[in-house]
Amino acid sequence: MPKANVTFENIGITVSVPAGTRLIEISEKVGAGITYGCREGECGTCMMRIVSGMENMSERSVLEDKVLQENMAGRNNRLACQAQVLGGDIVVRPS
Amino acid sequence: MKTPGAIEIAPGTHWIGALDPGLREFDIILRTANGTTYNSYCVRGEFGVAVIDTVKASHADEFFSRLEEVVRYDEITTIVLNHLEPDHTGALPELMRRAPRARLYISAKAQMMLKALVKHDELAYTIVDTGDFVELGNRTLHFLNTPFLHWPDTQCTWLAQQGILFSGDVFGCHFCDARLFNDQAGDFRFSFEYYYAHIMRPFREHVLNALALIEPLPLRLLAPAHGPILRDAPKSYIQRYRQLAQPLLHNETGSDNKSLLVFYISSYGNTQHMAQAVRDGAESIPGVRVSLYDLQVGGDLPFVDLIEEADGLAFGSPTINGDAVKPVWDLLSSLAVIKVRDKLGASFGSYGWSGEAVNMIEDRLRGLKLRVPVKGVRARLIPTEAELASCHELGRQLARHLTGCVEHNIISMSELLAQEPPHA
Repeated sequence: MPKANVTFENIGITVSVPAGTRLIEISEKVGAGITYGCREGECGTCMMRIVSGMENMSERSVLEDKVLQENMAGRNNRLACQAQVLGGDIVVRPS
Repeated sequence: MKTPGAIEIAPGTHWIGALDPGLREFDIILRTANGTTYNSYCVRGEFGVAVIDTVKASHADEFFSRLEEVVRYDEITTIVLNHLEPDHTGALPELMRRAPRARLYISAKAQMMLKALVKHDELAYTIVDTGDFVELGNRTLHFLNTPFLHWPDTQCTWLAQQGILFSGDVFGCHFCDARLFNDQAGDFRFSFEYYYAHIMRPFREHVLNALALIEPLPLRLLAPAHGPILRDAPKSYIQRYRQLAQPLLHNETGSDNKSLLVFYISSYGNTQHMAQAVRDGAESIPGVRVSLYDLQVGGDLPFVDLIEEADGLAFGSPTINGDAVKPVWDLLSSLAVIKVRDKLGASFGSYGWSGEAVNMIEDRLRGLKLRVPVKGVRARLIPTEAELASCHELGRQLARHLTGCVEHNIISMSELLAQEPPHA
């Protein structure tokens, strides 16, 4: 199974995870300080920043795109509960 | 006391809100011995009329009655919503129906809530931010974005020509007095402080940001969305907010040190021993001041004040009937009045049969938006030397995270999941 390496920059932990894992599944377990609310892509609470490796993330869904726009997100922001890692190296931190 | 009609608070500017003297409990979390008011205002310019906020749906008739005293619906060009909580927007759908010319002015964050409130898609509204304004003709409404006071969408509206700040819930209180103005109403100081403590305190940083915008204004009158209109010494209420935004118990550790509070409760001394080991471990890291508290004897309030300024929190609880014990939940459920987001949290505890408490506390800490960087420690009944060593290491690691002294760690997802204790 393809793997991705997700580095949580603020706490100095890199986790090797299977492709398709949502960021929130990892961030919760490592205590990365990415907070969550509804966990369903509606509230925008889990918005976080992709420091590098956006090309290794899933595309924004229509729902994620709408919520990010409503929360005036920058192009490096994603919702941890929606964004899936596809492979390669990704560095993230709380927004 | 005679129920007032619309009341002019400045030339061409009226209070058109509603009185709710019988209210004793607001939004479940607040009590009031004096009811409340839902303050709405009408500002008349040379070529436009604005309504600022509405009222709770149950009081809409009273609101429309006052509104009709001072304006025709076809004259209303502007509706400003300083935030969209139902006690200020209950009459909005009907007002929009009656005043079809009016355009809504809201903050960007309010869009989602507006769509949830007014269930149709073709809404004519304008998103405004600090620096934006709407011109009514010799009356200009300037917007100040003041998020999280106390909802994410909150803004204040400044009427420059009259020196009036329509402040929404900021500077408000639940106090109903038909005399309306602070120099005529009864003594509402307690209500003002109580309102701050329960509504604004969790958002202290945002209060300070808002004050930076508000303090320079040449203010003549503060017009909040609840309670008396503050026309006598309005700046004193702003000064009071600045005082209230100071922590009740300053963190004495200074900027170079971190404060870790270890709370525990123990039936047979087992969780207590674990707490002591967590403390000893944390104290082995320079730059961390560790304090140990037995929840058996403490009420929640002084601890809440301590927690507000602490950097890290650890909770030790035995598991009784598959749950953490009530004093722990009581304290954890008291933290809604302060900001705990981004503090570090940890949990530990002794158990007899199943040991759910540690995981449940960790989940609660995450729910409160604390970071839980180190997996908690559970020990069956009397902790062994190895389990006490794990507690010591928990304290040490937590302290290292507090001081930022963590080495880069590489781990696989399966190893991460393996850290989870087996289900009982």
